[in-house]
Amino acid sequence: MHPFTLERPRDLPAALAFGAQAGRNDAPAEYIAGGTDMVQLLQEYVRRPDRLISLAGLLDNRVEIGPQGLRLGAAATMADVAAHPRIIEQFPVISEALLNSASPQVRNQATMGGNLLQRTRCPYFRDVGYAACNKRAPGSGCAAVGGENRWHAVLGTSEHCIAANPSDLAVALVALGASVEVRRAGGDRTVPLAEFHRLPGDAPHLETVLEPGEVITAITVPASPMARRSHYLKVRDRASFEFAVVSAAVALDMDGGTIRQARVALGGVGTKPWRVPRVEAALAGGGLDPAALRRAAALAADGAQGRGHNDFKIELMQRAIVRAVEIAGARA
Amino acid sequence: MTTAFIGQPVSRVDGRQKVTGAARYAAEFDLPRQAHGAIVRSTVANGRIASIDSAAAERGPGVVAVLTHRNAPRLPYSPHKGAVDPQVGERLHVLQDDRVSHQGQPIALVIADTVEQARHAAALVRVTYTPESWTTDITRVAPVQPTQQKTDQGEVRPPATRRGDPEGALASAEVKVEQTYIHPRENHNPIEMHATIAAWDGDRLTLWDKTQWVHNTAEEIAAVFGIPAQNVRVISPFVGGAFGSSLRTWPHVTLAALGARAAGRPVKVMLSRREMYYGVGYRPHTVQQVALGASRDGRLAAIMHDGYQETSTYEEFSEALLNASRFLYSCPNVDTRHRLARMNVHTPTYMRAPGEASGVFALESAMDELAVALNMDPVELRLLNEPERDEFKKLPFSSRSTRACYRAAAERFGWSRRSAQPRSMRDGRLLIGWGMATATYPMNFAPASAMARLLPDGTAEVTSAASDMGPGTWTSMTQVAAEALGLPIERVKFVLGDTRLPNAPVHGGSLTMASVGSAVQAACRKAREDALARGGANDLLEAVRRIGQPVEASVDTNPGDESQRFSMHAFGAVFVEVAVDPDLGETRVRSMVGAYGAGRIVNPKLTRSQCIGGMIGGIGMALMEHAVLDARNGRVPNANLAEYPVPVHADTPPVMEAIFVEEHDLHVNPLGVKGVGEIAMVGVAPAITNAIFHATGKRIRELPATPDKLL
Ligand SMILES: Cc1cc2nc3c(=O)[nH]c(=O)nc-3n(C[C@H](O)[C@H](O)[C@H](O)COP(=O)(O)OP(=O)(O)OC[C@H]3O[C@@H](n4cnc5c(N)ncnc54)[C@H](O)[C@@H]3O)c2cc1C
Ligand code: SF4
Repeated sequence: MHPFTLERPRDLPAALAFGAQAGRNDAPAEYIAGGTDMVQLLQEYVRRPDRLISLAGLLDNRVEIGPQGLRLGAAATMADVAAHPRIIEQFPVISEALLNSASPQVRNQATMGGNLLQRTRCPYFRDVGYAACNKRAPGSGCAAVGGENRWHAVLGTSEHCIAANPSDLAVALVALGASVEVRRAGGDRTVPLAEFHRLPGDAPHLETVLEPGEVITAITVPASPMARRSHYLKVRDRASFEFAVVSAAVALDMDGGTIRQARVALGGVGTKPWRVPRVEAALAGGGLDPAALRRAAALAADGAQGRGHNDFKIELMQRAIVRAVEIAGARA
Repeated sequence: MTTAFIGQPVSRVDGRQKVTGAARYAAEFDLPRQAHGAIVRSTVANGRIASIDSAAAERGPGVVAVLTHRNAPRLPYSPHKGAVDPQVGERLHVLQDDRVSHQGQPIALVIADTVEQARHAAALVRVTYTPESWTTDITRVAPVQPTQQKTDQGEVRPPATRRGDPEGALASAEVKVEQTYIHPRENHNPIEMHATIAAWDGDRLTLWDKTQWVHNTAEEIAAVFGIPAQNVRVISPFVGGAFGSSLRTWPHVTLAALGARAAGRPVKVMLSRREMYYGVGYRPHTVQQVALGASRDGRLAAIMHDGYQETSTYEEFSEALLNASRFLYSCPNVDTRHRLARMNVHTPTYMRAPGEASGVFALESAMDELAVALNMDPVELRLLNEPERDEFKKLPFSSRSTRACYRAAAERFGWSRRSAQPRSMRDGRLLIGWGMATATYPMNFAPASAMARLLPDGTAEVTSAASDMGPGTWTSMTQVAAEALGLPIERVKFVLGDTRLPNAPVHGGSLTMASVGSAVQAACRKAREDALARGGANDLLEAVRRIGQPVEASVDTNPGDESQRFSMHAFGAVFVEVAVDPDLGETRVRSMVGAYGAGRIVNPKLTRSQCIGGMIGGIGMALMEHAVLDARNGRVPNANLAEYPVPVHADTPPVMEAIFVEEHDLHVNPLGVKGVGEIAMVGVAPAITNAIFHATGKRIRELPATPDKLL
């Protein structure tokens, strides 16, 4: 590890004063919450901040459910949120996305804020033995384009970066229209999760809209009867403890056998948590018959670009949507 | 009181130490004044080091020394090849010159007071290279004939064999299968990463090391440093899994000793998980073509098996890829050819069931394809082609229980309820498939020594420099010793893992029970007889009390001429049920039954867990394991445990059974054991891919069978 100073500020304003910034490799100071991703990045020299600002004890870890919807404190752990009885009942897609993430040990330690800001699993990003990675070293090129790219995204990519966003939770949240509450020294702002992560474009080292000194304080999810009829489907090479090859989060508002409204988002395939509004629109007003579902799901492939090893994801993600809608639709 | 312990399900004698953390592994023998070494590794596949700038590293806090090819002492690297080393080529020399032949090659060692300081300073070393053209794309390498070499059993390993007229028989065969099967590179990934602590006392060296063969480590390091082997003591009481990764003595062991000499204090070197993909060997990528010809009624007329595998530029590593194809079935016309693809990679090594695991995948997949082509039950096809003797060696089998294994496993599995047609069995949305394959692994028996020491208080200490990487050597040897001595198990202490103890062969090739077990048994019997004779009593306790001082017996056992008279192998059969999601391509194994004819089973409890472990390893091989070699530059991008998945609990089927069919083999060795460590891994992958075919109608010829291949 590159030597760093661990700051343990007494309160949140003191923490904000350090001007730390998540998700940027050139930021000289960075926050650490549960540390489950940060420590890996430090050990492998992917991140070399001079200062690490501990958020331990400074952020809300409560889970609140009211008439407005759901509020998850940024410090709530993946384990606590996944096991919350009212989340299981009213927002099953969130609980399922979390239970299909990582392992119990990691979930006990990892936080909501850290989950949204975990870095890509692109193996070139994480192996400093590769010089070329625009995300890690801006302007150095991209080892994944033309390389082994079974792990990579097919949606929202650019010539400069094709890294997939790894978070399962974010896929479920973006489907439900969640927002991120952000605090900085000057005050608070709320950012829709769909606008929180940036597309790589020609600056893949800028991952989110967070500015220096900003922290996530909470995630909010609007109340919606749809969330009850939701499902998270994750496809992977082994049965547990693996990031998604492809995943789909679906929430449905049903009128008998007809879909009144649908929310669909994809994981493992997008450079950010990927909502597919055209699929949602095509599902609305239709039924659950397989041919109609397949036609709607096909719209997810709009603009998708495979790079060889990951071509199969374009087909697989459509099938994942169909299956997830079928399962959610069958829910009471 | 009964002292018949062989065959009893005795619990691990070291179990409590392991679960309480009292068992000490190589990295846990910290010494006073110990420093830490961190290795700097190359980031090009071929070329020369143009410059190394270690100034910043040397200024780092706590840094004691930075060793590179410029300042490291020249080491003699005297000739030495243990049975585990490739017999052709020369091992990698570290820090001796500016040459780099592969990614991840050690090019510097940083020594510092703490491990953090050493690792950080290692990251500060700046290296530039003059690259030279390299070969890291196996699809573009022309494989070559290996140099003729001997196996670890001293036999010549033929790169090619031939009997009859295979081409002619294939051309005129009524039914044919000709396919190519690919097995990717796999890494051992034991839970304990490799580590060595080295401490010099004058020209005497002590190594605490993760090794499956202490004596070979001592000999190799002695040869590297040009000192007598007696000057090197190697201690390795516990090994946290290895699967073959600690058979050879890898460069980091040399580096630890070199570092300790340069620093004038003990040095510890621990590999990180990423380094495990560069610093120790791996199961090589193999490409195999198999052609089978048969008559309409299912009799094999021709077997042609041509395989090549990756190896490094500096050593020819070859494994027993084609062995099974030469004798597993009766066939008059057989051709096998083994070749090597030399690449800018580090040398592969033995990994659980080396050769057999990958070779039998190809053969048993082709046999399944033949059964489909013949419209015949796969078990029936195999029974029809059972040989009466080994048609390659032209020797009788010492014992061969394939028929009993097929019967026992098929019955337990319920094979008779299988509907033959692919895609004909379902569970809701899921397609269900049943598949099977045959397994085989040679019985190996090597010279071994053991010492038994009976004490006047009626306890005994029995020793041999064996290893226990997990299968339970500690326990099984205690059982053998207690039975031979006629003492209760609690009174017998078995000690292993130290070069001060009597010589033992390598803990690999499933030969420990046969070889060390036979020596332990003989030493204990002799000690007992001596004590009874000297003490003039019929009761052992009475005899040793009367003698009043320790009674010692040392025995060396050697294999006889059995291998000239018999073909000796363990055999087995594996049956598998898979469920495949036809839309999402996910395959999960639902049940697995293996039946093995493996001679006498010393401890059914340990043997069962060894077999279950092998089966799970086979699930990894079939469904997920793949060390991706970046063809552009020879790096392994997924050198970690997140992107290189190994099976987790959720992947292990709810039903897993290992059946041991009764087998009394009087020829193999005095104990009548054949070993099960490796055979449990053989046949699992093809049984799974055969089941996938049965479920889906899709044939997976390139492992692993990930969802993308089943869409
Ligand atoms: C073995 C393993 C398997 C995993 N598998 C999965 C999986 O299958 N699916 C999945 O979705 N995830 C998986 N993960 C990732 C895991 O979910 C994340 O590591 C975890 O959620 C990060 O949370 P943390 O609190 O530990 O964050 P940290 O590691 O402490 O921080 C991560 C990043 O977030 C920033 N940060 C943290 N909190 C805040 C905040 N409040 N405001 C601003 N910045 C902040 C930090 O600066 C840092 O950049 C896995 C992780 C591991 C180790
Ligand atoms: S895909 Fe992005 S993260 Fe991966 S190597 Fe390319 S630039 Fe780096």
